[in-house]
Amino acid sequence: MQLIKNGSFVQDEWTTLADDEALPASGPVIVSLERFNTEQNLLLAREGKLGIRLKSGQEPTPIAPYLDRLALVALEFPTYRNGRAYSYARMLRDRFGFKGEVRAVGGVLRDQFFYMSRVGFDALEVDDNITPEAYADAVSTFTEVYQPSADGRERVMSLRQRLAAKAGQHA
Amino acid sequence: MYRYDQFDQQLVDERVTEFSGQVARRLSGELAEDDFKPLRLMNGVYLQLHSYMLRIAIPYGTLSSRQVRKLAEIERVYDKGYGHFTTRQNLQLHWPALKDVPAILRELASVEMHCIQTSGNCIRNTTSDHHAGAVPGELEDPRVICEIIRQWSTFHPEFSYLPRKFKIAVSATEHDRAAIRIHDIGVQVVTNAAGEIGYEVWVGGGLGRTPIIGKKIADFVPREDLLAYLESILRVYNMFGRRDNSYKARIKILVHEIGAEDMRRQVEAEFAEVKTRGVLQLPDDEVARIEKYFAAPAWEDLSDDVPEIDALAAKDKGFAEWLRNNVSAHKVPGYSIVNVSLKPIGLTPGDCSADQMDVLADIADKYAFSEIRVAHEQNLCLAHVRKRDLHEVYQALNASELATPNIGLITDQIACPGLDYCNLANARSIVIAQRLSERFSDIEFQKKIGRLHVNMSGCINACGHHHVGHIGILGVDKKGVEYYQVTLGGAADETAAVGDIVGPAFTEGEIIDAIDTIVETYLGLRQDGEIFIDTYRRVGVQPFKDKLYATH
Amino acid sequence: MAQHSRKGAQFQAVTANRLADGIVVYLTAANEWSVSLQDADVAEGKEAAEALLARGQKFYVPDILVVDIYLFEVEKTDGGIRASSVREIIRQAGPTVRTDLGKQAEIDGVHA
Repeated sequence: MQLIKNGSFVQDEWTTLADDEALPASGPVIVSLERFNTEQNLLLAREGKLGIRLKSGQEPTPIAPYLDRLALVALEFPTYRNGRAYSYARMLRDRFGFKGEVRAVGGVLRDQFFYMSRVGFDALEVDDNITPEAYADAVSTFTEVYQPSADGRERVMSLRQRLAAKAGQHA
Repeated sequence: MYRYDQFDQQLVDERVTEFSGQVARRLSGELAEDDFKPLRLMNGVYLQLHSYMLRIAIPYGTLSSRQVRKLAEIERVYDKGYGHFTTRQNLQLHWPALKDVPAILRELASVEMHCIQTSGNCIRNTTSDHHAGAVPGELEDPRVICEIIRQWSTFHPEFSYLPRKFKIAVSATEHDRAAIRIHDIGVQVVTNAAGEIGYEVWVGGGLGRTPIIGKKIADFVPREDLLAYLESILRVYNMFGRRDNSYKARIKILVHEIGAEDMRRQVEAEFAEVKTRGVLQLPDDEVARIEKYFAAPAWEDLSDDVPEIDALAAKDKGFAEWLRNNVSAHKVPGYSIVNVSLKPIGLTPGDCSADQMDVLADIADKYAFSEIRVAHEQNLCLAHVRKRDLHEVYQALNASELATPNIGLITDQIACPGLDYCNLANARSIVIAQRLSERFSDIEFQKKIGRLHVNMSGCINACGHHHVGHIGILGVDKKGVEYYQVTLGGAADETAAVGDIVGPAFTEGEIIDAIDTIVETYLGLRQDGEIFIDTYRRVGVQPFKDKLYATH
Repeated sequence: MAQHSRKGAQFQAVTANRLADGIVVYLTAANEWSVSLQDADVAEGKEAAEALLARGQKFYVPDILVVDIYLFEVEKTDGGIRASSVREIIRQAGPTVRTDLGKQAEIDGVHA
């Protein structure tokens, strides 16, 4: 596994803790929602950044009140075919205004990087065979987009309006 | 019709590059079949019995003559000289090689066509009324909103890995020719008390293993909010649709399990959020820009009475039959809608040869504003033909076996490719359609029977819409032998209903006689002015059961 | 995948589709993929069939050569090998409604 963060291949500073694994005194850790629910006070009071990993089926609304104290939310793709977390990522960004890392873990295919980057994922855990070239190629497949999404890209409809307005000025 | 601008063209071109790369990675072995399969499916490439199949999108069933000629050329160069029109207004090539698909896509892109999202668990081609823009009583041309939906749904980053496929259809007249109630989302154009255009939204319709008629969850969504409303439905579905069992993954199951009321509530809650952000609102000038492409052609000021056509009809019986059965009323005086039957007696429903397509393109150029439509009943349509040209159009169509006067009659059957082509099929469907059409080939008898929709599918996936045929035929496999189950009383229009299973399935040898018995039973029971479905709704299934299982 | 042989089928062969063009092929005794069913290696009994399938799946880089490899039931007749199910008869011959297309129109020995 390697980590791509904001388009760069980086060292992962986070430790994903199993539910029965002892909590280290410091350092960034990712815990499950179940663990967060049972050890919430301890986790929030702890030194070091905190992240929560949501399984498919655990939608992000219940953690919304804590998002300002979280530095990361990891969303699981049990298989690449299961696209629930695309909506979860968008909710985190668009609805709850989450500014921390949103990480895709599990079934994350090269041919999905583009979609993932559009719905608000800024970090992807990918297979070791993914090269920086393959990544760059995948996310630049399409120059323009038809829909507004969490990436804030201007949709084709607005581009057309701007073009038309410009043409109007010159006319 | 709509024409791509620089943005639309660029997207489709970039898609060709992307998919060509995926095919190259697969052929080189870099991509394994399991990983490639969802990618090829999202581009309409299936592996069927004899070879691959490529499904080409025909957005809302509208084609230009230039596109039709290109399709014919592709069929000749890369396939076996014909294509198959489907119940979702698409065209399927049955014999392309995977290695040729990139080249085919480049050809398609050169005429503003593609195979994007013609399969896979994503939002599929949005379908509509093949009489759009021509039929009397239409509130607006439904293709405008279809094109807007097409763009919104194309490479939608959030909804490309849905629990299951997702189909949207739009109708703008009271009489529903787009079968919106059997779609995941059906959109009905309506007006409110203030006379403004808006949309009624139906959700959770679908056929397959669990046929369900859609439920209405919105009475009036203003035009500017339609995309926000659709996005809300899709988000609820993407988050809560079942993913544990592919047979229970369609939105109809979610709606069925939580109930239409709860669905409406969840969608409304989501809609309130989406609307607040405002980013999906439809700008008026973008709607106006797209509307221009669907502006009415330059109508001539013509009389609706064309005595020379009446005179020709009096002399030419074939022409008269065709006029009566295949030509529909147009909203503009002096014009007609010409329905082109792809159901010649004894041939394959929905198949059209490359030569026929070239003929159609020529006819469309000469007589029909260069436009050809695809109907979900697997027929084609010339939407605007001057009445005075009807005889010439008839002769040109008839010379290419495109004027069988059977639109809406018993031989105008819907049939999926079935076991002759399809990897999923359990039984053949085309051969049954052919035998049935031969049995009922006498046009006088067809007219006596009246409007009767016979739909057949070769498996439970119901591509042939058997559940909503007045008579439905479903092919099933019993230990390697084909059997056919019959349903009665289905309908796909505004009176949509799922047919009732009449009883035990029939063998291949029995099925045509069984349909004959059903027809004879109906003829014996019908009252004045009734068509089959009226009689069936009045008398129910029992009289048919009695006759069928007494004699068999 | 659907079952393409009856339980207790006596004779079975292995089929697949060629990756590049989708054409139906059969595993031969020489460990090649032939377009003709008449060239197929036929296994008798369950164990031999499983061994045949394993040969098709494992030994000949099938992933870039062919896809969708499976066993199906055949009969040995005086005229040659014959598929048992309607589905496999159609696969090895072509559409019954277009006898001008498919293997039935292209190669000999299709309708054994």
